[in-house]
Amino acid sequence: MREGIETASISNAIPAHLCIGAIIPSLLTLTAAMAQTPTRPKRSAPWYNISPANLPLPGLVSIFHRVSGLGLFVMLWLLLWLFDRSLVSAEGYAWAKGVLGGGFVKLIMTGLLWAFLHHFCAGIRFLLLDMHVGIELAAARHSSTIVFVVSLVLTVILGAILIW
Amino acid sequence: MVNRILVGAHYGFGSWLAQRVTAAVMAVYSVLLLIVLLCVQPADYAAWHGVFNPEWMRMATMLFWLSLCYHAWIGVRDIIMDYVKPAAARLIAHVVVIVALIGCAGWALQILWRA
Repeated sequence: MREGIETASISNAIPAHLCIGAIIPSLLTLTAAMAQTPTRPKRSAPWYNISPANLPLPGLVSIFHRVSGLGLFVMLWLLLWLFDRSLVSAEGYAWAKGVLGGGFVKLIMTGLLWAFLHHFCAGIRFLLLDMHVGIELAAARHSSTIVFVVSLVLTVILGAILIW
Repeated sequence: MVNRILVGAHYGFGSWLAQRVTAAVMAVYSVLLLIVLLCVQPADYAAWHGVFNPEWMRMATMLFWLSLCYHAWIGVRDIIMDYVKPAAARLIAHVVVIVALIGCAGWALQILWRA
């Protein structure tokens, strides 16, 4: 009985699954299993779709902030040009006034006014968020609505006074 | 437990702050200019020129245009960093924007203080 135990302990000194003869087949099995493991399919998580049509209102304010800022930058030359001519001389002033009288230019200026006012209102909202004002979800969504409404209303009012 | 402090050189904070300070300058000036325009209602060249003639108005307008150029640099730089991935294209875009904005800043100064 005692001999039997010793024999058993000696044969167990190197566990069977660690013997070289056993490792190689089990490694092969493992590699085969890994090769068969399917790669995780790309999930369409709610946050994965960043199309503007799928954004909540605060996201729309954000992307419009970016687009309006880029638009204002791209059209900066026109604003500076008109500012330049309007202040250089009476003739320049008349020329700038004539340019601003064109329907197409008025349309562009209205677009720029809206871009400016949206950028302005959204910027103030971001400054408030930076100061931790209105960062709760409901408040943030509410302020997004305010940004869109106020900038559009101001565009109509100021556009009527300054452009049309 | 490894106590790693992951901070950069704080360049980002500088840009973040500059963007907000320049925004505040432009916001104040915009409201100021709107009030002036609604009060004066310049109808001809003399009145329009008179709006920008006082030294304080030139200074305020200068602050506005310089703030705008700095603000636009940070904003457009961020847009380029987000969407323009190839290094060469990004470099070209950055250079074009920098040159354009320095040009605009100089142009604005010239408009305000030419004889």
